[in-house]
Amino acid sequence: MNARDRILAKLNAAPVLPKADPDVASWYETHRNQESTADKASRFRSCIELAHAEVYAVTQASWLQKLWEVLTAKQIAKLLVAPGTAHGQRAINELSPSDVECRAYDVPIEDWKTEMFRDIPASLTSARCAIAETGTLVLWPDADEPRLMSLVPPVHIVLLDAATIHNTFYEVMQREGWANGLPTNALLISGPSKTADIQVTLAYGAHGPKELVVLLIGDEA
Amino acid sequence: MSEHNLNFMPTEGFRARAKDVVENPFLRQSFRGAMDFLITKRAAQFPSPEELETLRTLGEQIRQYNLGKLPALLLQLEENLTRNGIQVHWAETPDEANAIILGICKAHSAKLMVKGKSMVSEEIELNHACEAAGIDAMESDMGEYIVQLAGEKPSHIIMPAIHKTKEEIARLFNEKVPGVDYTDNVDELIQIGRRVLREKFLVADIGLSGVNMAVAETGTLCLVENEGNGRLSTTAPPVHIAITGIEKVVEKLAHVPPLLSLLTRSATGQNISTYFNMISGPRKPGEKDGPTEVHLVLLDNGRTQAYADEQLRKTLQCIRCGACMNHCPVYTRIGGHAYGTTYPGPIGKIISPHLLGLEATANMASASSMCGACGEVCPVKIPIPELLMRLREESYSAPHANPAMRGQGAGYSRLVTSIWRGWAAVYRSPALYGAVTWLGSRFRWLMPAKQGGWTSVRVPLKPAPKRLRDMLRERG
Repeated sequence: MNARDRILAKLNAAPVLPKADPDVASWYETHRNQESTADKASRFRSCIELAHAEVYAVTQASWLQKLWEVLTAKQIAKLLVAPGTAHGQRAINELSPSDVECRAYDVPIEDWKTEMFRDIPASLTSARCAIAETGTLVLWPDADEPRLMSLVPPVHIVLLDAATIHNTFYEVMQREGWANGLPTNALLISGPSKTADIQVTLAYGAHGPKELVVLLIGDEA
Repeated sequence: MSEHNLNFMPTEGFRARAKDVVENPFLRQSFRGAMDFLITKRAAQFPSPEELETLRTLGEQIRQYNLGKLPALLLQLEENLTRNGIQVHWAETPDEANAIILGICKAHSAKLMVKGKSMVSEEIELNHACEAAGIDAMESDMGEYIVQLAGEKPSHIIMPAIHKTKEEIARLFNEKVPGVDYTDNVDELIQIGRRVLREKFLVADIGLSGVNMAVAETGTLCLVENEGNGRLSTTAPPVHIAITGIEKVVEKLAHVPPLLSLLTRSATGQNISTYFNMISGPRKPGEKDGPTEVHLVLLDNGRTQAYADEQLRKTLQCIRCGACMNHCPVYTRIGGHAYGTTYPGPIGKIISPHLLGLEATANMASASSMCGACGEVCPVKIPIPELLMRLREESYSAPHANPAMRGQGAGYSRLVTSIWRGWAAVYRSPALYGAVTWLGSRFRWLMPAKQGGWTSVRVPLKPAPKRLRDMLRERG
């Protein structure tokens, strides 16, 4: 018998103590009332701002202008973008005439890992949706917008459509049918990287982004 | 300490280490301050006692439901992870787990491993195994990095370097990190750690992490963290190895949100951690980053022993939030190192006997005031005080056949047991009780000045000159 068989044999020899499947759904039903998009957006915003993220209300038409303003204010001259996405293309098209250089993530990380770690000051990604209760962005990195984009650059800028904000994490996974299939990596992000490991003193920018900027796309700015 | 002839706590190492901390005002302040901070933050996260109670009940139900189906869920997890391209390994002992991990390292000619925070890797002493095999294992959680740099072990499962002041860390960095001047500015210290470890993430061959929850139905490994080192460890190197105890599996994705909420709110008083990282496979063709290989090591190491007993199985409900230690009056006073085990505090007292045997941990369950705070705050309602009583029983009862635990009876002493038996007999019989107390009050001067462990920190016990019943009789 190998370790697997021995472990399973020991577990199977133990008394079976079956318990009813807990009713998670009804707990969440009583836990949070339905809210309007505007209410959820404002709750999302106050939560993630408490966690030290910057949030700007923008529109589909105006977010690039705000993006440029944010980059200029932070004196960032280079932005990592995903050329395979619509927002990445828009950034390339509309920022290129300015003094901001758009660096496209278009080859596997092995070909440019050192540059990614040392020479990329900021990145732009979209969020799939968000959670109001905890001020959380939900990202599903993929071939076009890979995992490290939201992790390695010191400033991470995220586009979020206010209409995609849900109440709770449970609601997100139920409405979107996550149990039927997940990407290689799904992420919940609720602020810039932080730690309180030295004398319980909160410090931002531990290993991930030092700053998190959310461009919250609504009907009006 | 030879006067401790009654041996209520014979683990001299424990006594000495506990004494060191109790007599050190700086360490006392470090722990007291940090625990008060965490207690306050947790309380602020649960403003409604009703919500807390219903959520704890739900958490308990979820953990018990999943433990009830554990063998089937492990198989389902294995099947779905394998389908997703994650390789699953099983280890009964720490040695087996280390051999599996070192085998993977060897297959990739690995020289540098970066580690996200993993208590199970501490449990198997992976860093030692790596060192012996010539592999540089580098901790990347800020607290773990500090502790490793100092050549120490974590003193808290969530805040590993909680025993150190910023000045000590400043001196440590100044001494051990090349080109670093003394600074006790916390932001600057964190940026030093960030700089050093970024270079390691860039070149590491292997990333190692723990697992907070493994979802069987989707084949997903979930990691909770704030720093981003967990994400870097699991994303930047070409190979990711995760290690977890077999109890961490849940059947359904829907079980995750309540446990995540209980975990972060109970642990650090955050409504959610900065990152919740859900890994369901290595890099797919066409994807540009992420590890090309992902492994999961499932570790037993005594967990099946706890599983075999209905009461002891509750130990495995634990989601490792650390709230029990934050609220423990003993932990707060003696700190995490005194216990001498990977997991300190109340959870350490109930899990360590399964990992290490009662031979090595016979007295751990006695280092408790039985105040009940741990059980009261436990987010999954583990009856820790009840389990402590059970472990005392297992430890101090006379050795018998087919014990529920390895090392049962390790703390047994015929003398102590007969003293308690005598005590019980006296208290059961009114006549005997009357006679013994009568003798006690007459011959009180015979009580010795030194009374074993009792007088090491207290004045000697002496029966009163008059018994309560005599005084009542005199009053009429």
